[in-house]
Amino acid sequence: MAIRNSLNGQFLRRSSFAGARFMSSSWFRSIEPAPKDPILGVTEAFLADQSPNKVNVGVGAYRDDNGKPVVLECVREAERRIAGGQFMEYLPIGGSIKMVEESLKLAYGDNSEFIKDKRIAAVQALSGTGACRLFAAFQQRFHPNSQIYIPVPTWANHHNIWRDAGVPMKTFRYYHPESKGLDFAGLMDDMKNAPDGSFFLLHACAHNPTGVDPSEEQWREISFQIKAKGHFPFFDMAYQGFASGDPERDAKAIRIFLEDGHLIGLAQSYAKNMGLYGQRVGCLSVLCEDEKQAVAVKSQLQLIARPMYSNPPLHGALIVSTVLGDPELKKLWLNEVKVMADRIIGMRNSLRENLEKRNSPLTWHHITDQIGMFCYSGLTPEQVDRMTNEFHIYMTRNGRISMAGINTGNVGYVADAIHEVTRSGYVADDMDQVTKSY
Amino acid sequence: MRPPVILKTTSISVTYSSPCDRRLSTLARHFVSVCDPMASEDNISASPTAASDSVFNHLLRAPEDPILGVTVAYNKDPSPVKLNLGVGAYRTEEGKPLVLNVVRKVEQQLINDLSRNKEYLPIVGLADFNKLSAKLIFGADSPAIQENRVTTVQCLSGTGSLRVGGEFLAKHYHQRTIYLPTPTWGNHPKVFNLAGLSVETYRYYAPATRGLDFQGFLEDLGSAPSGSIVLLHACAHNPTGVDPTLEQWEQIRQLIRSKALLPFFDSAYQGFASGSLDADAQPVRLFVADGGELLVAQSYAKNLGLYGERVGALSIVCKSADVASRVESQLKLVIRPMYSNPPIHGASIVAGILKDGDLFNEWTIELKAMADRIISMRQQLFDALRSRETPGDWSHIIKQIGMFTFTGLNAEQVSFMTNEYHIYMTSDGRISMAGLSSKTVPHLADAIHAAVTRAL
Repeated sequence: MAIRNSLNGQFLRRSSFAGARFMSSSWFRSIEPAPKDPILGVTEAFLADQSPNKVNVGVGAYRDDNGKPVVLECVREAERRIAGGQFMEYLPIGGSIKMVEESLKLAYGDNSEFIKDKRIAAVQALSGTGACRLFAAFQQRFHPNSQIYIPVPTWANHHNIWRDAGVPMKTFRYYHPESKGLDFAGLMDDMKNAPDGSFFLLHACAHNPTGVDPSEEQWREISFQIKAKGHFPFFDMAYQGFASGDPERDAKAIRIFLEDGHLIGLAQSYAKNMGLYGQRVGCLSVLCEDEKQAVAVKSQLQLIARPMYSNPPLHGALIVSTVLGDPELKKLWLNEVKVMADRIIGMRNSLRENLEKRNSPLTWHHITDQIGMFCYSGLTPEQVDRMTNEFHIYMTRNGRISMAGINTGNVGYVADAIHEVTRSGYVADDMDQVTKSY
Repeated sequence: MRPPVILKTTSISVTYSSPCDRRLSTLARHFVSVCDPMASEDNISASPTAASDSVFNHLLRAPEDPILGVTVAYNKDPSPVKLNLGVGAYRTEEGKPLVLNVVRKVEQQLINDLSRNKEYLPIVGLADFNKLSAKLIFGADSPAIQENRVTTVQCLSGTGSLRVGGEFLAKHYHQRTIYLPTPTWGNHPKVFNLAGLSVETYRYYAPATRGLDFQGFLEDLGSAPSGSIVLLHACAHNPTGVDPTLEQWEQIRQLIRSKALLPFFDSAYQGFASGSLDADAQPVRLFVADGGELLVAQSYAKNLGLYGERVGALSIVCKSADVASRVESQLKLVIRPMYSNPPIHGASIVAGILKDGDLFNEWTIELKAMADRIISMRQQLFDALRSRETPGDWSHIIKQIGMFTFTGLNAEQVSFMTNEYHIYMTSDGRISMAGLSSKTVPHLADAIHAAVTRAL
């Protein structure tokens, strides 16, 4: 009180009465506390846990075999080159042109005719989330009566993104709990039955959260079906390079669609494959009929970005364009991304072996069939709770395990825990259990 | 326009014996569809994988952003005497962008610290940065901070802070109208509209005096519905450079509190206006001192020269710590579907500077130097117009404050200055003083003189 008075002496004498009379309670008093984010909340809980055995297989951020976060060498080198030499002026609304160019080459192919013909409308975005949000807002503006079909299950934040953009959601079957693989027949059926010209969200590779991807042959059939129905394919590609270790291979689905003549939309993220998580670097692209249309679409995307954040952040974009634009650094990056992917594949093998060694009554081949950062273990929410409460192993309640959190030091312990909670032989085998947990 | 390719699939089985068959059938289907009698003659595509019609075919090309588009036009101009007085980015006397010494120092620290990683920040951003930003705007000894009544979240510069605040209010506040001053930064109405609020205006600038229309200001807020949100420029009003005096702020505050209006401050120039961080924060602190609630969007684009790194913060001062905590949890739900969490680099630089006493002091000196250079440009331009005996009263140039001067020139005159003198500015007559130097002031003065006298 004394401090307040001494700061604002005369003003306060006159004003405090008015203040007291008219503001007796908060304008925000009726605000409910929001539920914790189901994914990011896991890490918060993990950090608070004191147990020396704790394992975080929650959020999808890569860890090395010592459980430590990694900053890639190619990134460190790029940062050394950038530091001290750059101005920090505003990027254009659409972001770094160089970074966007390199991103398009990575996704569409170095020699893509679409790049040559300038048919791709593309803007730098705030990682994958930002790219999806820009597209969702764009979809709402120019197709206000449309909906987005999302796979079941999908990354939890997809729901939030299209909802906040004002686009209603429908679902299509994707994960097959009994086989822990793809429900291909259900997927094709749902695509056939959706009204012509619907918008479909597809995970280009390393489906999150299941790790279940269509085979190349299945992708071709999906492409055909989407073409037949005139659907719009929107790809979320958050793991290019990270899934198989080879960016070209991970872009296969996209290349198939491009060959088949689709005009795709694409969200790219450098969070995982370049380890740039917190820098928030990504790219949104929309393939158009011709250059003129690409110019128009890009200009409209910019109209959406400007009132959201004006222009995207510089630093991360500089890192990406420095790495991808320099042949030596790009080579280094390709090696490093393969190392990360290989370690994960190695851990998949190891976890599966460990579980099979323990004579588990269940099958675990899905661990190695699935691909990318995540494994859909098949654990029920109750089993997940036991993993956390009894074994201090943190994961999301849908049974999703981030393989990046597994290392040679803890794979045995995690296998023990999984074995312990699944002794009864019961796992999630219906979609209600899988989906209600988020 | 080529008609849509209609694929008739009923007669063709969906299963194939090999990928090869699949490809051939896909090709065949393209030719089958061409027999559609409704199609025009020119429908046999040369390429078997012709592009389908785009679902975004109906889009028109959007106009350039009126502010950022100025720089686009400037960049295209080959003239050696061109001058960019459009976007508000600081330039040195040599006309170059400036990266502050303190920024370079912290950049180096970050690079040399190999223990740093690039993990996701929490949704609300870097904790240190948030605390330090709140202290910067509210004062280190602010009772609101001490009582934990403030929630601060890192956002993407001023724009991002305004947008997150706007979306939060549209979801949780009982009034969905925000009052903006006339004129205001061109992006404000768009930010708040897209956030879900409807926009009204209050009188602000008096063209006749090139000063504040205080009467109109009070009248318009006085007739606003109780509870309406009011956007206030904390200092260095953009685009006019016209600020209320502290006495006027006090009257504004009383009116706002008496009508239970909700103040939302846009603070993009703290320290940049007068050269003093504390002086520029007075209007905000006045409001906090009365114990009431408010929102503040802070930007470090100008005062720390971090434009492209997009660093800012949204603070909401609440009546109680409990409310502040619930508000913060809801802010996260706005942020997560927009970009998940904010970028680390810029915030790390800011935190590095604010928490180090020496760097902080060094910053205040660099900040004052920038503000002083701008004030000096104002004086030089004023003197130059006076010496040319350019008709009109140009004292507003030295009375207005901050990065911008609202010259009073109209769109036609602006256009003339662009075409004849290669001077780039927004069509409302706003010039960025930061883009001027002693060398270029004469050219600008000539242009203004010509624009004003040609009409006579």
